[in-house]
Amino acid sequence: MAAVAGALDLVRYVGRWGSRPAQHVLGNAGRFTYLLIDLMRGLTEWRVYLPRMFTQATHIGYGSLFIVLLVAGFAGAVTSLQTGYQFTGSLPLYYAGAVISESMILELGPVLTALILAGRIGARYAAELGTMRVTEQIDALESLGRSPITHLLLPRVIAGILVIPALTMFANATGIVVGYLTAKGSLGLTYADFEYGARYFFRPLDLWYSLIKSYCFAGAVTLIPCYIGYNTQQGAEGVGRATTTAVVSASVTILLLDALTTKLLLGVK
Amino acid sequence: MIQLQNISKRFLSNVVLDGVSLDVQDGETVALLGPSGVGKSVTLKMINGLLKPDSGDVIVDGLHVPKLKRHELAELRSRIGYVFQYGALFDSDPVAENIRLGITNEDQYHDEAYWKERVKECLRLVNLSADVADKYPAELSGGMKKRVGIARAIAGKPKYLLYDEPTSGLDPVNADVIDGLIERLRDELGVTSVVVSHDVRGSFRVADRVALLWQAKIRAVGTAEEILASRDTAVQQFLERDLEMSLIQAEGNQDRHGA
Ligand SMILES: Nc1ncnc2c1ncn2[C@@H]1O[C@H](COP(=O)(O)OP(=O)(O)OP(=O)(O)O)[C@@H](O)[C@H]1O
Ligand SMILES: [Mg+2]
Repeated sequence: MAAVAGALDLVRYVGRWGSRPAQHVLGNAGRFTYLLIDLMRGLTEWRVYLPRMFTQATHIGYGSLFIVLLVAGFAGAVTSLQTGYQFTGSLPLYYAGAVISESMILELGPVLTALILAGRIGARYAAELGTMRVTEQIDALESLGRSPITHLLLPRVIAGILVIPALTMFANATGIVVGYLTAKGSLGLTYADFEYGARYFFRPLDLWYSLIKSYCFAGAVTLIPCYIGYNTQQGAEGVGRATTTAVVSASVTILLLDALTTKLLLGVK
Repeated sequence: MIQLQNISKRFLSNVVLDGVSLDVQDGETVALLGPSGVGKSVTLKMINGLLKPDSGDVIVDGLHVPKLKRHELAELRSRIGYVFQYGALFDSDPVAENIRLGITNEDQYHDEAYWKERVKECLRLVNLSADVADKYPAELSGGMKKRVGIARAIAGKPKYLLYDEPTSGLDPVNADVIDGLIERLRDELGVTSVVVSHDVRGSFRVADRVALLWQAKIRAVGTAEEILASRDTAVQQFLERDLEMSLIQAEGNQDRHGA
């Protein structure tokens, strides 16, 4: 632990002599890492964060379910129509079953869900924590000898990490079902054909891949907005800035992680 | 005992405190007076470590506050109640939970019979009715929020209490209730307090000693009589202006009551 802290101080020290943007990036990276260490350390205090975590999880879970399923449904339908348009006459119809289910599970389900939730959960976390910072509620918590890490951050982060992969699985299922129904309506794809195609290309690893991806995205959707909201400065304007920064950074990180996981996880297959 | 030793603090080029020293004995109540923006809140936040001085030392209960590790600071803070100038209530929790979070002993915090009783008691002490407990901070008036803030600060039975303008924004009746509470906590429980105020009269009533913060320094410290008898022009200026203000306010209140 001391070695890590020392290394981080070195990073800050070097950063101070770099250009301002470099200093900014290094400073943030350092503080973000400190926050991660604090979160890990706080994990033993389950008595504090577990009850609050359940409250958060129900809030964000129920609150996001509708929009997530709506988006997934449309994604399934559009994929289905596009597949039909591109395949007409050139490929056997059962291929559509494979394309719809694989693109939902591998890419659209996790990524679209995460991007939507960056706007919903990420913005909410950043705005809540930012407001608590500028109205001195975080100071008030600390003045009571209570830790903002265990009272405010851990419940939010863990709630997100539990809820987001679950929502992703629901999104996958919805997208595939709506995709199938659309294909049935527009292409006349039978259930037997659809199932044959979906099974033919399906590997159990794909579901694991989808799940791993959504865990990575859940990290981005929760940790980044929490970090940015927690470090908000300067009043209402600061809260606004924190919220937009949080959503943009979380979204960009999701796209980067998408590329990274695709390369790392699918590359080895 | 609270000791501020030669504290300095600046924000960028804005020098807020420049060599401030002040001792508060155990069981004593000291009022910290000064014009708006002079650094009263900043001084108070140094005492429980919410802000760190650029130089100088803060000693509370024998501990050097700026040098404490995080868990040591948390432990010390659980013995220091802090009343925030603008309430700083947790607005996603109802009043009862706000006050309950002030109970710093974890076992008592989880003991339902205890905390329910304690919440009721604290509400009564700040002259709020028990049905306020289920309301959310957004549903309260400014003065009610202030009093919930005080209830939260005293809920953990702290040894030290730091009040940032506890009576500003309160009507005279409730201001008296709070002044009375501050006195009782000192007399009955031996609580050591610092009361930030710019209400000269109220602070003369509750405080054993008064300190005037003026242009980044402590300009005068002493009992009410000593301060009133001071020949320092800055002190006289501040007192005159403030006594005038409170006279005007008092007249205004009388007019309103008379009408
Ligand atoms: N976090 C901060 N960042 C920058 N400047 C600050 C900060 N906190 C306080 N200041 C500055 O410090 C000075 C003193 O502020 P402080 O809040 O202590 O005043 P005060 O004496 O409590 O005034 P009031 O009676 O109006 O509450 C002000 O000039 C303020 O601008
Ligand atoms: Mg102030």
